[in-house]
Amino acid sequence: MYVAVKGGTAAIENSWQLLAMQRRGDPSLPELSVDQIRTQLSLAVDRVMSEGSLYDPELAALAIKQASGDLIEAIFLLRAYRTTLPRFGYSLPLDTARMNLTRRVSATFKDVPGGQVLGATYDYTQRLLDFALLAEGGGDEAPPAPQSVAQALPASMPRVNELMAREGLMETPRPVADSEPGDLTREPLMFPADRPLRLQALARGDEGWLLGLGYSTQRGYANAHPFAGEIRRGAVSVEILADELGFAIDIGEVEVTECQMINQFAGNREVPPQFTQGYGLAFGGAERKSMAMALVDRALRARELGELAVAPAQDEEFVLSHADSLEASGFVQHLKLPHYVDFQSELELVRRLRAAHAQEGQDEKHADPGRGAPTPHTEPAIQKAA
Amino acid sequence: MSSDLLLSVRNAGKQFMQGQRPRWACRGVSFDLYPGEVLAVVGESGSGKSTLLRLLASRLACDEGSVFYDLREEAGNGVAASRGASGLVDLAGLSEARLRWLARTDWGFVEQHARDGLRMNVSGGANIGERMMALGARHYGKLRGEALSWMERVELDVDRIDDLPGTYSGGMQQRLQIARNLVTHPRLVFMDEPTTGLDVSVQARLLDLLRELVDQLHLAAVIVTHDLAVARLLAHRMLVMKDGCVVEQGLTDRVLDDPQHPYTQLLVSSVLTP
Amino acid sequence: MMDEHYNFGFLDERTKKMIRRAMLKAVAIPGYQVPFGSREMPFAYGWGTGGVQVTASIIGRDDVLKVIDQGADDTTNAVNIRRFFARTTGVPTTEKTAEATIIQTRHRIPEAALTEAQTIVYQVPMPEPLFRLEPRRLETITMHALGEYGLMNVKLYEDIAQLGAISKTYDYPVLVNERYLTSPSPIPKFDNPKMHMNPALQLFGAGREKRIYAIPPYTSVRSLDFEDHPFEVQRWEHACALCGAAESFLDEMIVDDEGSRLFVCSDSDFCSGRREAGHVGTQQAVQMPDALARAAVEGAR
Repeated sequence: MYVAVKGGTAAIENSWQLLAMQRRGDPSLPELSVDQIRTQLSLAVDRVMSEGSLYDPELAALAIKQASGDLIEAIFLLRAYRTTLPRFGYSLPLDTARMNLTRRVSATFKDVPGGQVLGATYDYTQRLLDFALLAEGGGDEAPPAPQSVAQALPASMPRVNELMAREGLMETPRPVADSEPGDLTREPLMFPADRPLRLQALARGDEGWLLGLGYSTQRGYANAHPFAGEIRRGAVSVEILADELGFAIDIGEVEVTECQMINQFAGNREVPPQFTQGYGLAFGGAERKSMAMALVDRALRARELGELAVAPAQDEEFVLSHADSLEASGFVQHLKLPHYVDFQSELELVRRLRAAHAQEGQDEKHADPGRGAPTPHTEPAIQKAA
Repeated sequence: MSSDLLLSVRNAGKQFMQGQRPRWACRGVSFDLYPGEVLAVVGESGSGKSTLLRLLASRLACDEGSVFYDLREEAGNGVAASRGASGLVDLAGLSEARLRWLARTDWGFVEQHARDGLRMNVSGGANIGERMMALGARHYGKLRGEALSWMERVELDVDRIDDLPGTYSGGMQQRLQIARNLVTHPRLVFMDEPTTGLDVSVQARLLDLLRELVDQLHLAAVIVTHDLAVARLLAHRMLVMKDGCVVEQGLTDRVLDDPQHPYTQLLVSSVLTP
Repeated sequence: MMDEHYNFGFLDERTKKMIRRAMLKAVAIPGYQVPFGSREMPFAYGWGTGGVQVTASIIGRDDVLKVIDQGADDTTNAVNIRRFFARTTGVPTTEKTAEATIIQTRHRIPEAALTEAQTIVYQVPMPEPLFRLEPRRLETITMHALGEYGLMNVKLYEDIAQLGAISKTYDYPVLVNERYLTSPSPIPKFDNPKMHMNPALQLFGAGREKRIYAIPPYTSVRSLDFEDHPFEVQRWEHACALCGAAESFLDEMIVDDEGSRLFVCSDSDFCSGRREAGHVGTQQAVQMPDALARAAVEGAR
């Protein structure tokens, strides 16, 4: 006797309990604190803020804790929270030239005004697992402070791109004068998309997706011949123009990593060659993201630079429609939802077509016994009959 | 303008920007075309003949001059009504929707490479039936019947109706393209090097087919070709183009037998005679 | 009991207004996909955010809400969404189709006929009916604007030429108001006829793809077909094992290792309603012919 399956509600509640237990892990071990995550897993926090489109290290750290370290799940939590926040206005563009630099490198010149500032990076380490970090209470010993710097950084360090632009070597695309940039958090992305919208989509786009696409441009899928003109990381002031005051006020600081790629020069007999640029920006110390973003930005500029778009990374609709980790993750994982009604419909069709096939086979056999769908079993029998 | 005229071109020109400098791909082209008349546009590569064809078919906009066409009224179900209602109309003034409707009904365009003019991922039958379905034909059996009859007409093996065009030979693909274009009984067909790239014997048979169809269906056509033999066989009149300009035009036989312009003379004299 | 931390219906009023404006445009142009600024919701994209945003924008204190997935009220997705609305609106919920004023659904239309007093909200994964034939939105927007649906016509012809039948069994394309080609959402084609001249307002929300569309009451909805290959709905050999219904969409469940099947109404409310009224089914599982065993026997002959 069949009883319709009930109890979906109870099953869901039990699932929540199991999830809470999984997140907490072994109760005999100390619970992770949000502050620990915020300060000791800062690069994870940076990624969650960038793709979550919300600069709040504490909330990002909370999301990471709640998501048991699944960063895309954490990004989801932050975005859903962001939806509930009221919007006061837009800031002025960040002046990254006035950045409080902690790191600044350029691959295009051996030495640049202000120098190459290495900062904190994994780039110069050897990737050997440090088993000292396994030891209990490893956090008591503070790491040794770096040797004091011989000279202070200059107050203003112009970007390499600007220096080249002054010489006319660098194209400097300007946005259309009076148009306000679209806002992807408010309106859907429609194609063709202008550069401001594309950059927005890339900034909150999935790092893995952009990394793969950026990589493809280096391997011949749209050759861009990129050079890292400037990569800088540091804190920048956020300013808003308060209507009542009539001037800009400083409301705080965000840490960003900015990457400017210098690319293959465009030009021909009539037009003198210039270098072209790609741009990337991310919260915190996300260098890989900002570099990949700059590569993809350049690739997507194919149309405006009069280049033939032949590679996937140059296909605006392809790149941007699949860049959002929330959309991608949601739709891929939605396949776990029940689809049995549609599957039922497919079953019915396949059964019907198979029956029709079998019927045709039967009809053919009866019409002409000498012919028929040959199978290893029947063939000798048919030959014998013939 | 005469109410009999089908296509009238006045001083048509198209400019492209190369870097900062403009270049006229074709300029100052004028001619008239009557129903049932075939015009060949002949020249070497770079002469501007393909650009001209695209201007005529409104795939490019004129930078100078105009192209006029004898537009028919659109009847209720989208089929062209009997002629005479509109007279010659400047194509530049037509909406995108109207131009696309025109391209699907009263016009045909046979591409040089069949892949550009066919849907390669559906069968021959589907390719032929598409225009009819776009006009509202909804009977599968009748669509299939029409497709079969057209396949016979263009001398395609009817057993191949469900095969993908990729499995057809080059000559067969061209025939399929022709059938696909002719199902709506267009009055004007544009052809871009329809026989180029095919074997000589295949070319000859295709040209014979085209000549028959033009005759039977009273088609007007503008055929771009670099092959004077194609012009000789199919066209009543021809234009000779060099560097974007028409250097000579007139009756085909006259131009080929008694070329006036030095360039035409050069073209004619350099044709290898068997 | 409504959670006071959130606005009624979770979304802020400006967002609801934006969505309602999109819906008004959608109703004015039946079957046309209106882009809207879809918000991130506490559900994953692909899990009903579009439907939820539509419902959240129209639900009021006097409404009664029913939520179903695959026709049933107790599937996990339906339960989740129903709890969300209970929590953010305090509006009463029901499992009875006849008592609901708003019905949010995934993949089915209820068997019971709807009335002018009801609104049905469909969850839509892919709003663009042409997407499998042409993934580029830029192209499909032009096709819809010019009513150029050659791609779809050709596909249907091709199905019959190659398979003998149209291969779409769910999300079967329809022409709305004789103008726009529309995706009815992945409902089985069995449900398509219910959309035609329905007294209820039909709203469609696609959150991830950021489109809303609508079919106003009493609008013509025609499933694409050929005159000589007319649109047909699925039929079962068996009736519902629980209530004996012969005209409803049946779920097929495998109940033992021998592959016996039980056929039961997909619409849980419809089935329980019939059982309450005294209808009874066979209560028996059905033996499905063992295709593999039969082939072996055939071969041996």
